[in-house]
Amino acid sequence: MTGNFFYFLTFLTLFAAIGVVASKNPVYSVLFMIMTFFALTGHYILLNAQFLAAVNFIVYMGAIMVLFLFVIMFLNMREDTEKHKPMLSKFAAVIAGGILFVVMIAALKDVDTQLANTAVFDSQIGMVENLGKVLFRDYLLPFELASVLFLAAMAGAVMLGKREPGEQNRF
Amino acid sequence: MELSLLLIKALIILAVFGVTLLIATYSTYAERKVAAFIQDRVGPNRAGPFGLAQPLADAVKLFFKEEFVPANANKFLFIAGPSLAMLTACMSSAVIPFGGTLIIGGEAIHLQAIEVNIGILYVFGIVALGVYGIMIGGWASNNKFSLLGAIRAASQNISYELAMGMSIIALLLVTGTLSMRDIAAQQGEELFGISGMNWNIFYQPLGFLIFIVCAFAETNRVPFDLPECETELIGGYHTEYSSMGMGLYLFAEYVNIFVASAVMSTLYFGGYNFPFMDQLGLPHNVVTILGTVVLFGKIFFFIFFFMWVRWTLPRFRYDQLMNLGWKILIPLSIANVILTGGAILLKQEFFQ
Amino acid sequence: MQSLSNRAKKLEKKPMNLSERMYLPAIFQGLSITMRHFFKKKATIKYPEETRPMSAVWRGLHVLKRDEKGRERCTACGLCAVACPAEAITMVAGERKRGEENLYREEKYAVSYEINMLRCIFCGLCEEACPKAAIFLQNDKLAPARYERDEFIYGKDRLVEPMPIELTSSAAAR
Repeated sequence: MTGNFFYFLTFLTLFAAIGVVASKNPVYSVLFMIMTFFALTGHYILLNAQFLAAVNFIVYMGAIMVLFLFVIMFLNMREDTEKHKPMLSKFAAVIAGGILFVVMIAALKDVDTQLANTAVFDSQIGMVENLGKVLFRDYLLPFELASVLFLAAMAGAVMLGKREPGEQNRF
Repeated sequence: MELSLLLIKALIILAVFGVTLLIATYSTYAERKVAAFIQDRVGPNRAGPFGLAQPLADAVKLFFKEEFVPANANKFLFIAGPSLAMLTACMSSAVIPFGGTLIIGGEAIHLQAIEVNIGILYVFGIVALGVYGIMIGGWASNNKFSLLGAIRAASQNISYELAMGMSIIALLLVTGTLSMRDIAAQQGEELFGISGMNWNIFYQPLGFLIFIVCAFAETNRVPFDLPECETELIGGYHTEYSSMGMGLYLFAEYVNIFVASAVMSTLYFGGYNFPFMDQLGLPHNVVTILGTVVLFGKIFFFIFFFMWVRWTLPRFRYDQLMNLGWKILIPLSIANVILTGGAILLKQEFFQ
Repeated sequence: MQSLSNRAKKLEKKPMNLSERMYLPAIFQGLSITMRHFFKKKATIKYPEETRPMSAVWRGLHVLKRDEKGRERCTACGLCAVACPAEAITMVAGERKRGEENLYREEKYAVSYEINMLRCIFCGLCEEACPKAAIFLQNDKLAPARYERDEFIYGKDRLVEPMPIELTSSAAAR
């Protein structure tokens, strides 16, 4: 049952991920990406990582992808009006993508699939409480540093969006 | 899992789904009646006694209208939009505990469709997903008013989700759990000697205020119904919709109201708990059924409140909406989180 | 500048104070107002079941009366048409023939008598002008809405009072 579900989710993930790249309409791309994230959420749940699943769902699907869709809706790109890219850039894209693919294969080639020791593995590690304890006890410093990074990013966004004293109201 | 248990779960899921749809159906009727009463009219009273068959008449009318798809619309997404809106609306009532436990044949049955230990986050995620239905439908209509409505819906939902999440975080500091069942059960404890009165509203009044304002914004209700603002955008995201596409959008709104009311009653107003529930000396099952009735009473009150506000307040202007969300509610909710955390620390230091 | 009527209210635009900026007091005020209306007596009259009581002097659709023997009272003198401020009444006079004494009271009668209900203002001056007490405005009937304009021109077929039943039956017996 769970195994079949895993294969179904994997199929869905890969199908949607290919759809992101292959579809010509950018809005379709975004929708496929949402589907990919949805399937990934399913994978998290299969891994018993409920909190990660919920956060992936809320933050990526619920907020970031909405913004993606938001921006792309404004772009008004259409299949027929879109200019064809020159041959050179297509070629460059293929090479760049291929190199990335090679790097990923190289990285994944030697992964030890027997990493998790089933005897000592705690299946409840993905639950909210355990995750919270790990984050706020064992990895407190990196966690707080990441939050400082976010604060800096937020301050930067506020600075960019702030109106200068002499600037006219643009709306 | 036993077959009988599976059967009971299926029955509960079916019942929750049916009740959700039924209440949403009659919310349309209630909305028209409330609107009429507030405006000194009598409202629909022709179809059936007191107009009670009016929702059926509306549905039949919507079904028989032409399902019109504009020539330059994206046909697939045009139909997917309202379907998605309806789907996400119906999904979120799954984790709401509609009652305590019924003990039948020595076995305790929870009156809840699914128990997940991240119940609030589940509701929150599904609600966040709800905006896609509006966005996709608005974009696929290929109409600038629809697009503007969709854009407004997206920006409004994202803005108010932040404040909503913050107010929930403050609540979670108090309860210490994400599970809706546990939160509801906690509120059944004693407060000042009255059992079933340990409601979170007494600990989180400011959080509740923020939450209810955000709930209005998330369900696109007046005074935050900018996405369907008639005076500026004709009909907003459902300008191009007719027939059941329109019906699904309207229906999804009422399902969302029901879910928002249920979540508010569960999180802040004690869920299925009522005062003196353990002191009356009633049998367990009777208390549970009474609790379910009380919960629905609370839900109906909130649904009524949604309508009451709709027919009282005018719509916010768009910049006012954004100001309220970003400059007032988010700082307030952050302050609320800090205050709650401080209060909990103080309590741990000095009162235990 | 001095306003002409001195009734203009001077509006001061002060910055909102804290309670105004919180919106909440105003919102609760509004909610209490709507709640009061919620329980108020409704102004609606459920029309087909209840009808609004009409004034005793209400003027509705015209009728051309008959006398006690069932003869038309109208003698086509034209005073009503002259009195009509909206010029809604037209008529053609004719002479009564032998054998029609039981139909028309005077020697002269209205061959056709038309009132254009689109022009009529229901002022009742025709009723006052009539020397034979032939035309009246009923206080329980009104000119209903119709689809075509010519349907609003009421001829004698729709204006003359129907023959009272006891007279028609006695005429049939004769």
